[in-house]
Amino acid sequence: MTLSMMKTIISSSPFLRSGLSTPRIMWEVVITLVPVVGMAAWVFGISALLMTLVCVLACWMAERIFLPPAPGASVLGDGSAVITGILLALCLPPGFPFWMAFLGGFVAIALGKAMWGGLGHNVFNPALLGRAFLQAAFPGAITTWSAPATSFFALRGSNLALPFLKGESVDAMTGATPLSAMKFTHQAADWQDLLIGQVSGSLGETSGGLFLLLGLYLAWRGLINWRIPVGMIATVGLFSGILYWIDPAHYAPPQFMILAGGLMLGAVYMATDLVSSPLTHKGIWIYAVGIGILVVMIRVWGGLPEGVMYAILLMNAVTPLINRALPTRVYGHASPTS
Amino acid sequence: MAQELLWIFISALLINNFTLAYFLGICPFLGVSNKLDTALRLGLANIFVMIITAVAAWALNTFVLIYAPYLRLISFIIVIASTVQFVEMAIKKWSPELFKALGIFLPLITTNCAILGLALFATNKGYGLIEGIVYALGAGGGVTLALILMAGIREETRVLDIPDVVKGTALSLIVAGILSMAFMGFAGMFSAA
Repeated sequence: MTLSMMKTIISSSPFLRSGLSTPRIMWEVVITLVPVVGMAAWVFGISALLMTLVCVLACWMAERIFLPPAPGASVLGDGSAVITGILLALCLPPGFPFWMAFLGGFVAIALGKAMWGGLGHNVFNPALLGRAFLQAAFPGAITTWSAPATSFFALRGSNLALPFLKGESVDAMTGATPLSAMKFTHQAADWQDLLIGQVSGSLGETSGGLFLLLGLYLAWRGLINWRIPVGMIATVGLFSGILYWIDPAHYAPPQFMILAGGLMLGAVYMATDLVSSPLTHKGIWIYAVGIGILVVMIRVWGGLPEGVMYAILLMNAVTPLINRALPTRVYGHASPTS
Repeated sequence: MAQELLWIFISALLINNFTLAYFLGICPFLGVSNKLDTALRLGLANIFVMIITAVAAWALNTFVLIYAPYLRLISFIIVIASTVQFVEMAIKKWSPELFKALGIFLPLITTNCAILGLALFATNKGYGLIEGIVYALGAGGGVTLALILMAGIREETRVLDIPDVVKGTALSLIVAGILSMAFMGFAGMFSAA
């Protein structure tokens, strides 16, 4: 056998691949979001579907403009912008004007992702960044909640408001969310209602049970790090449980705190963002527990009824410091902690 | 009393964060936040100067300015700057390690707007000596927190593929804005309780 017959393939690491590519992961997550959007449509009607469509379109357009795809790549991109769009829509109230939602989606990708250099580089979760931007820019519109729809095709009052014009159509039917009812009148909703999802709130703040199932599925598939939702939910349960134990008349019971609002959505889909969460398991635990503590602090003592978004954004900001304090082991080197 | 002091501390640390809610002390926040180590030292120098400021402002208010209230602004600036210079000399003589750790930041920080802001806010709120010192600790801690968060993110951005248009000051300003948005979550905290 001569040397020339030997076939030598030169390639760099990694040599073993899991078969999971980025678009594959992203589209699989998108598929798990379909039942969530379906649930929102069931509770809030056609507004929920249109809102999702508007947000996804805005994110996709921003992605095309700021991060143009390589020639020959899929027109839809790698799917991460679609996830951002759906997640942003899930944090918006059903009666939110579509033009504001569009702006939010655009900002989410432009400032949340493109500015940092694209997928895999963002320090903050893009969808939450878009939501925080909308909260700062339109604090009134984003806290106007509509009660679940009476008919499927009934559009919410201010959905079609025009930009920069004072919309004369004010949504007459508003229903307080479970969290704002708790905050301002000290009425805790039944946890069974929260589990099934027949409550007012943002599009993705309905059924806690659905997110539980999806979270289990995603964790089983290895698409999210189970430590994040487990750490977050356990911390919120423990912290609010202690407060409830001290003074049940003043504080909400822990099962309410876990199921109400965006905690389940945040724990399963937002905090688990692969890019903006810490690298090591130890870091992940710190991150998750930090989010849980901040959520309870903002909900119980803060001026706003809901704090999941701010809690995750704040811990996103801390993540670089966590990664610095707990560096990953460099392959072939000794563990940095030993 | 202890609860009130805790409230003053947390309020200055998070809710009314000097950098991210009041936008004071932006120049060191943008200028010296590219390395975590220097950011931390600047933050410590800030806490240090703020405590001296609180004491000096209290002394001026109690003993001097009751006779000449119109001198408040100018006397704050002069007295604080000179006191810090004096303390710096004292540290240089007695604790060279501390002097080395605080370094150039000590004189740099004295004429910062956050320092004057602290003196004026503490005066407006009618804080006594102990309240003023706790307020300074909270405010300095808040500035330090903002600085190290910013430095952490900016160190991270060095390995990222940041587009040329946002590189540098633009990125810092946008990150500062995002951090400020995240800190809005603390707005109104404890006000209902």
